[in-house]
Amino acid sequence: MRAFTDLFWQLDGTTRTSEKLEALVAYFRAAPPDDAACAIDVLSGGRQIRAVPTSLLRQWAAEVTGLPPWLVEESYAHVGDLAETLALILPDPAAPADEAAGANEADVGLARLMRTTIHSLRQETEARKREVVLATWRRLASRERIVWHKLLTGGCRVGVSRTLVARALAEVAGVEPAVMAHRLMGGDVVDGEAYRRLLAPQRHDADDRRPYPFFLASALDGAEGHDVASLGGVADWQAEWKWDGMRAQLVRRGSDVAVWSRGEELVNEAFPDIVAAGATLPAGTVLDGELLAVAGGRLLGFSMLSRRSGRRTVTRRLLEDIPCVFVAYDLLEERGEDLRGRPLHERRLRLEALVPTPFAAGTDAHGAGPPQVPSAIFLSPVVSAASWTDLGLLRAEARRRGVEGLMLKRRASPYGVGRTRGDWWKWKIEPLEIDAVLLYAQAGHGRRAGLHSDYTLGLWHEGRLVTVAKAYSGLADTEIVEVDRIVRATTLEKHGPVRICEPMLVFQLAFEAVSASTRHKSGVAVRFPRIVRWRRDKQPSEAGTLDDLRRMIPGGVPR
Amino acid sequence: MQDLVEVTEAGLYCRQGDFFVDPWRPVPRAIITHAHADHARRGCGRYLCAAPGKLVLRSRMGGQAPIDVVRHGESILINGVRVSLHPAGHVLGSAQVRLEHGGTTWVVTGDYKLERDPTCAPFEPVRCDVLVTESTFGLPVYRWPSSEVIAADLDRWWRGNRDAGRTSVVLAYALGKAQRLAALVDPSIGPIVAHGAVMTMVEAYRASGVRLPPIDRVPPRARRVGGGRALVIAPPSVLGGSWLRLFGETSVAMASGWMTLRGVRRRRGFAQGFVVSDHADFPGLLAAIEASSARRVLVTHGFADPLARLLRERGLDAAPLATRFTGEASPDAVGVEEDDDPEAPASGTAPSPGADADAATAGIPGTAAE
Ligand SMILES: [Zn+2]
Repeated sequence: MRAFTDLFWQLDGTTRTSEKLEALVAYFRAAPPDDAACAIDVLSGGRQIRAVPTSLLRQWAAEVTGLPPWLVEESYAHVGDLAETLALILPDPAAPADEAAGANEADVGLARLMRTTIHSLRQETEARKREVVLATWRRLASRERIVWHKLLTGGCRVGVSRTLVARALAEVAGVEPAVMAHRLMGGDVVDGEAYRRLLAPQRHDADDRRPYPFFLASALDGAEGHDVASLGGVADWQAEWKWDGMRAQLVRRGSDVAVWSRGEELVNEAFPDIVAAGATLPAGTVLDGELLAVAGGRLLGFSMLSRRSGRRTVTRRLLEDIPCVFVAYDLLEERGEDLRGRPLHERRLRLEALVPTPFAAGTDAHGAGPPQVPSAIFLSPVVSAASWTDLGLLRAEARRRGVEGLMLKRRASPYGVGRTRGDWWKWKIEPLEIDAVLLYAQAGHGRRAGLHSDYTLGLWHEGRLVTVAKAYSGLADTEIVEVDRIVRATTLEKHGPVRICEPMLVFQLAFEAVSASTRHKSGVAVRFPRIVRWRRDKQPSEAGTLDDLRRMIPGGVPR
Repeated sequence: MQDLVEVTEAGLYCRQGDFFVDPWRPVPRAIITHAHADHARRGCGRYLCAAPGKLVLRSRMGGQAPIDVVRHGESILINGVRVSLHPAGHVLGSAQVRLEHGGTTWVVTGDYKLERDPTCAPFEPVRCDVLVTESTFGLPVYRWPSSEVIAADLDRWWRGNRDAGRTSVVLAYALGKAQRLAALVDPSIGPIVAHGAVMTMVEAYRASGVRLPPIDRVPPRARRVGGGRALVIAPPSVLGGSWLRLFGETSVAMASGWMTLRGVRRRRGFAQGFVVSDHADFPGLLAAIEASSARRVLVTHGFADPLARLLRERGLDAAPLATRFTGEASPDAVGVEEDDDPEAPASGTAPSPGADADAATAGIPGTAAE
């Protein structure tokens, strides 16, 4: 447990990827295989169980410390992290034996600790749970307790991506990161034996399911003089809708199908429908495209998609509720041949021959609408226009069509690597904005634990402020601290962690779209709201109205 | 019976003796518990402080300020109120103010801590009927490691940095914490250098008879001072400026009680935080309150509400005392400005709407005369 605790704090103590990687590599090099297997599971956000309800932990902590339960809660509200709060208030463990001599005896490996004090605890009676928890508290130091609490309550998030874990393991094993990422997807690393197989230096069968590095677009936002006027003739460019989905590569080689996210994570488990559809492609095919959630002929949007993408198992129910499609926009490999060096117009022709178009004759020529064919893989339609002006007009329709804008790709360009400027541009629509007043604030978590950084904002309606959106602060850290201070000083009422503040601060709220909603009291729902600016220059009376917001709903104003 | 201390717009006031304790506005007569900026303001008619703190207070209040002193424990009469100052263990010369009048004894603690500190006299419990206590760290999550543990942690960190050729920079309040840290570390590890603001106080400490290891002032235009071996002690205000660039590669750590919390360390971006405070931790507050044997406790400066509630549940007559500093503590106020007490509650150190003195002192519970 000590080694894993050290790792946890090292990862926690830095924001530098290189240092995190270093810490991970050092841990895996030294860890016993059983512990390493267990750590991989925890670090990569594997299924964590809540062995003991947090309400019981709070209750027992109050008993052990002799503090009234309300003071435990008050402390939690201040700290913002229950695992940490409990670790801090509990009495220090019985003095450890001589550090050098007693260390090995007192230290229980991660795997054993998980087995004995977490996994087997779930089924136990409350009395037995209490016994084990109290005994463990007596044994662990405060910094170990925090980590153990997080494991015990199933909330151990360490701030490393699966990709980073894969990179570290790749370094330990001496194989390529993408190879390791894929090996990790082969199934859970359940024990030390599986961990040894994972690190084997020789090739695994599945190693060649790797994707190509993704080519990324740059924003065409006028910065550094880049705008459409600088791009030359519109005929040199291929325009497509910029889908609000999840970038992915579909790799069909041998008898395998692999779906990779842009972070080079294999997401087969989350998208079995796409994997099945991919199996119908000829072997030796690699498609670049976007995963989208589509149901009943409608795009479901990113929040629905993310309910799928994070899963390691997908129920039949979820597959039915949130069916997904893969919109293909590039062909990187055909019959095993790497096409990336060929110009886009040639790749596009080959792609069109391979993948069906979703749009039956007679539908919208620009086709940002729903797919009409019952295939889970289809072609990203090309948006054609005779001039930049015409294309600009089409771009202005993007919000109504449920897309984020246009992608512009140079027809003569090869498929590049990374974010090389010049050949791929995203030409997004501007976000919608309104000035709103801070009404409630709540303490954030993680890096912002204890700081009031989640804001609920309101707009004027019939002389009163009504809440319209809850948004995380996109303010600078120093501004968040300042707002926190003002919130504390102007709190009218406290309801648990939520403070009702005097309405005095105005923020510029940006969002992607507004729609009518019956679930919200205001009657409208804003999509992806975020705070972009603190309008110190504005009084609350100068903030926007609910009617202003309603006017932004496409296709009319429901009352 | 009339209270011996009440809150007025200018601060804690003893009507019977016609003097203030740590006023936040200029007043004719002020008793100062210690020289931190939020307790000692310029412009008063006369100051009274404990003798060991005179030079420190002088360097803060300017050469002209009329400062009277009494020895720790010595009592004097001011308009019939018997006044004595007792060690608070917070910084050099810090004192608790004991007031006795008409058979009743009050003690105003000022800031205090119970831990050992080689740079000032240790806290002495003073028995009283009514105790006015601070509560900066009045939640049970705040418990300090012992001085030995802190010293060992600091030494290990410094030595590690030195061996890696990195300068160690520890950020600490210029008055008190900085000198305490200098006295705690092992000076054989490398040279100790300090920021000018720290050096001014180091000199005041030395002139007051406090023994400190050799400390060099950072020369204004030195390059790579200390060659990566030094421990630099500086106020938190150097963060974000160019001053730290004098030292080449550095490891920067903050020394503050707020460093207890992971969220605060992460937000402030410190690779290393040392939990070192010159305030009492939660067990320390409870111990001091108990040792005073006071039946009535007025809690100020920090987590006044929860601490007062806990004391009430434990049978004491306790209430929060609304002072200018009664805003909730915010860990992120740590050392925002150089001249702030790094551990003072936020609303006492920065102007925030609605928290000005007038608003905060209106409607004070339990302290109005009669
Ligand atoms: Zn102080």
